[in-house]
Amino acid sequence: MSAEHPYREIIFNGIWQNNPGLVQLLGLCPLMAVTTNLVNGLGLGIATLMTLATTNLLISLLRPFIREEIRIPAFVLIIASTVTAIELLIHAYFSELYAVLGIFIPLIVTNCIIIGRAEAYAAKNPPQYAWLDGLIMGIGFTLVLVTLGAIREFLAHGSLFSQAHLMFGEAARGLSLQISDHFTGLLLAALPPGAFISLGFLVAGKNYIDQRRAAHTQQQALLKPASDAL
Amino acid sequence: MMFGTNTSPYMHAPQGVGQVMAQVIYALVPGTLVLLWFFGWGVITNLLLGLGFALLLEALMLKLRQRPILPFLTDYSAVVTGWLLAVALPPYSPWWLLLIALIFAMVIGKHLYGGLGYNPFNPAMVGYAAILVSFPVEMTSWPAPELTSIANINLSEALQQVLLGGASTWDGLTQATTLDTIKTHLRLGETVEQISQGQAFGWIAGQAWEWVSLAWLAGGLWLIYRKIISWHIPFALMAALAGMALIFWLINPHTYSSPLFHLVGGATILGAFFIATDPVSASTTPLGKILYAGGIGCFTYIIRVWGSYPDAIAFAVLIMNMAVPLLDAYTQPRVYGTKGRFGL
Repeated sequence: MSAEHPYREIIFNGIWQNNPGLVQLLGLCPLMAVTTNLVNGLGLGIATLMTLATTNLLISLLRPFIREEIRIPAFVLIIASTVTAIELLIHAYFSELYAVLGIFIPLIVTNCIIIGRAEAYAAKNPPQYAWLDGLIMGIGFTLVLVTLGAIREFLAHGSLFSQAHLMFGEAARGLSLQISDHFTGLLLAALPPGAFISLGFLVAGKNYIDQRRAAHTQQQALLKPASDAL
Repeated sequence: MMFGTNTSPYMHAPQGVGQVMAQVIYALVPGTLVLLWFFGWGVITNLLLGLGFALLLEALMLKLRQRPILPFLTDYSAVVTGWLLAVALPPYSPWWLLLIALIFAMVIGKHLYGGLGYNPFNPAMVGYAAILVSFPVEMTSWPAPELTSIANINLSEALQQVLLGGASTWDGLTQATTLDTIKTHLRLGETVEQISQGQAFGWIAGQAWEWVSLAWLAGGLWLIYRKIISWHIPFALMAALAGMALIFWLINPHTYSSPLFHLVGGATILGAFFIATDPVSASTTPLGKILYAGGIGCFTYIIRVWGSYPDAIAFAVLIMNMAVPLLDAYTQPRVYGTKGRFGL
């Protein structure tokens, strides 16, 4: 990590370079199970994001008081209490969304991203970086959830933002798009195999872009000495 | 004088992929002709669309993967995949159904895994399963034989159905397949004997199906005679399926169909001789082949009888494809002169 731009580094890492969904491939269980439509993906993404930012901050703050030997159980306790609080919040304010996401909210406790970031980042870095790392990793994960949810919803039902009112209230009902009432979609996309195949294509797409960029920078590097010589 | 001598190993020149695939295609011809007799133009449109899309997608993927196009196109493996899907789908299938099936077969099932020889799953069955799960209505409405033969449906009507789809009179020309009928009527509490009185049923398993199955059988036996496939897979598959059917039929013949019905009905014969025997995704050792095909037979019976889909060859083949690496690893034949795993 470059010392001059830790914030920029953290942001680039979480959104792209080390994206939890596409590169670390962590938390695949909720990633696959919940993303049958865009709104579900967004809901779970935001819940994960809040958890991740909070736990990273708490763990980083409590770092001096946690003994090395028992750090994992301590992390789990912190994560479990945070998730419980967030679950109660969602239950109180978005009870319909809570009904849709169901078991996957309490299961955030076991999401590998949370404990992964706690162990790999928050336990070693000061709080001002740790909370940002949690937030950005959460955003990176949410972006993947939303993209996957959008692709699967569109392929399977030909719609986008259906059930948006679960999250944004009745006013958001108009947000839902439907191409045609007679759309017979690729039902497979909404089923578990569709999740695996779509995620595979997303990962392949990311690798393709990275390859193109690497080839591009290499070409630039090759061209540079030549232009210097002129 | 000197005689030219060669050093060991002495090997015969095996047939190339193209020759093997060409003979599989010849063996598919009789069954396809019988389908044509019963279902008319729809079989031809399926076949043309299937082969066209298969070759097109194969060429496209080869180009994307920067592989030589012509040598791979002329190994006919894409033709076999397209042909198998064309005869597996209901005749008069809309063009997009074949296109989606072949995208899943050629792109996802075959080339994303590295092309011919590297695909762990049977490409045709990947495509079939994908659209069966996605479009159950289109996939289970087979046209009624006789009503849709060439004498009754002319070419322009057939093309209209395939390209534009959904003529309102068309619903009257389709009917549930025999396996489907058995399944839905058993749920209504009827017995197998009562259901078999229905007009869709012929001598064993439905008017057209008996003849189609016989024609597949003829083609398949010819493949065994030509040593393109070994007897292990087709016979182990049929034995396992018939064995399962026999046990339950003896327990209660009112709710379980006879072994003969399971052998002749649905895609059993086509699956046993042409689909399960795919040289890439099937097991390669003799014992492995028997276990692999036996597994397919058992799974087919289980899904047909207790699952929610009427036929199950595709799912059973895909499930057992996953077990192939393990089967191959554990069933390596004993090399002559060495001791086997159990010291025998």
